[in-house]
Amino acid sequence: MRRTLAILVGNPLSLLGLFLVGIVIFSAVFADFIAPFPEHRGAVVDFANFNQPPAWPNIFGTDLVGRDLFSRILYAYRISLVLGVVVLSIATPIGVIVGLVAGYVGGKTEYVLMRITDVFLSIPPLVLAMAIMGVLEPTLTNGMLAVTSMWWPWYARLVYNLTRSEKEEGYVLAAEVIGASRAYIIFREILPNCVPAIITKMTLDFGFVIIIASSLSFLGLGVQPPTPDLGSMVAGGASYLPDSWWLTLFPALAILIAVFGFNLIGDALREILGADQ
Amino acid sequence: MTSLVRVLLSRLLTSFIVLIGVSMLIFFIARVIPGDPARIALGPNASPEQVLVLREALRLDESIIVQYGYFIADLARGDLGISLYTNRPVTTDIAQFLPATLELVFVAGLMMIFIGLPLGILAARYRGRWIDHTVRLISLLGVSAPSFVWAVILMMTFAFILPVFPIAGRISDSYTIPVASGFLFIDTLLAGNLRAFANAGWHIILPAFALALSGIGQAARLTRANMVETYDKPYIEMARSYGFPEKRIANRYAFRPSLIPSLTIIGLDFAAMLGNAFLVEAVFAWPGLSRYGVAVILRKDLNAIVGTVLIISAAFLIVNIIVDVLIAIINPRIRHSQRPK
Repeated sequence: MRRTLAILVGNPLSLLGLFLVGIVIFSAVFADFIAPFPEHRGAVVDFANFNQPPAWPNIFGTDLVGRDLFSRILYAYRISLVLGVVVLSIATPIGVIVGLVAGYVGGKTEYVLMRITDVFLSIPPLVLAMAIMGVLEPTLTNGMLAVTSMWWPWYARLVYNLTRSEKEEGYVLAAEVIGASRAYIIFREILPNCVPAIITKMTLDFGFVIIIASSLSFLGLGVQPPTPDLGSMVAGGASYLPDSWWLTLFPALAILIAVFGFNLIGDALREILGADQ
Repeated sequence: MTSLVRVLLSRLLTSFIVLIGVSMLIFFIARVIPGDPARIALGPNASPEQVLVLREALRLDESIIVQYGYFIADLARGDLGISLYTNRPVTTDIAQFLPATLELVFVAGLMMIFIGLPLGILAARYRGRWIDHTVRLISLLGVSAPSFVWAVILMMTFAFILPVFPIAGRISDSYTIPVASGFLFIDTLLAGNLRAFANAGWHIILPAFALALSGIGQAARLTRANMVETYDKPYIEMARSYGFPEKRIANRYAFRPSLIPSLTIIGLDFAAMLGNAFLVEAVFAWPGLSRYGVAVILRKDLNAIVGTVLIISAAFLIVNIIVDVLIAIINPRIRHSQRPK
């Protein structure tokens, strides 16, 4: 663990990743203190000051109702990160358990579980989330539900493949011979060997959750105004290009920076932990 | 050939089962909708009689299993029901909007193959050099933003700042092309109008590139990774000691084995692109499924939602069958295998 961290800090690209992710997390956690206009995260209007290009004190400019874009981006980061944490902490255990059971038990259980997984995987991710958001009300909770429901199958597929190869290893056979229970073998013998791959995927996925969630709100199917969201900010500004470029450019770059950071770390982890899937 | 047929048949069967599963899943999602779908579709001003008529038409009073049975029976006749948004059969709507989306995704797929794979080959051939690092950076950046961010950035750069490409649409308004297939590339050729064909091509470059960017990166990375592994094999060393030129070694001997995993990832990326097309279309005002899809979702138009998702999933499954068959054709181990599975 400490060795992994040392390598991460030693490589310039992953160091950049740690730095970017650090900025994002810091902004999200301390948004209340950093944001010059914390009240602008809600439904505030300041028409005297609307659609202004970047200038002090609105370093990213102001939006169409006069709110400070910089403050809103900080709060949007907070929502994105919460969403990522919630989605991954629900989707990962579900997917991991499905994958472990299907891979180890085999037979009919495997067939049924993996065909269900296939069904979810054969609907393009964004389309499935869109359909679910379509029938539900567009709220943050439902957004999390929609993204989670399309996320677990990827973990099921990953862990299933790992389990199938681990199952044939000597240590699993040894545990079977001494009469260890199925649950013991699955959770105490096989699972620990899948952890590096799962952690790598989670780091990379943090970025992808931000991508999918912002895509949903870009289409108007995610978090609703006045809650600040990077996707809906880009969508709102796109029709005012190229004159009011700051409305689109800063939220777009904010997404890029956050996801790029997570990808740099995930990419380095993949090489260090040798969990290339 | 027999093994090829076997691959094809087994893939068709699995895909059919999966597609049935998809139809169940999406049908169930559409029917667990909170509230009365008929009431939601008609809006608060509709009379109770109107709601009753619609409930009857949608067979909402039957059990969900019976409803699904009717749905499948209709589907078998190619009937996806009436869209409450356009008041037309869902199949007519989809037939109108799908070609533009497929055209976009197809061109993006071509870009992925013809830009992504060569970049991967170059990175592997010059690994550790600046070209390798550049390709790595491009591919990491490519997957680091949703397609709508790339679409906006590309549009700002190459349509506004440097006005090289058109800002929006599929073709300039000055051309009127009779609709035959809905695919502009085919229709312009059928009309014998080469200028219109070129114009359509000019319009598709920017949106298709925005859509393809993340896939280009992934294809390049995967190709590079597999080729680097292959470079350590003895037969490459042998080719080198024969004095074959590096270019030939890279393109013929090291690239071949990595083609199969690359094709697999291209098939998977196709799924992502079918979904991401919604985002790119929204930015470039591309008249594809996107606007229709979002509109029917916001109006809770159940038939249209189910139909759209089903068609997109079917398109994805078909592409993956094609990819599997291609792999079977390319892979000598499958092509020449005589043994039954």
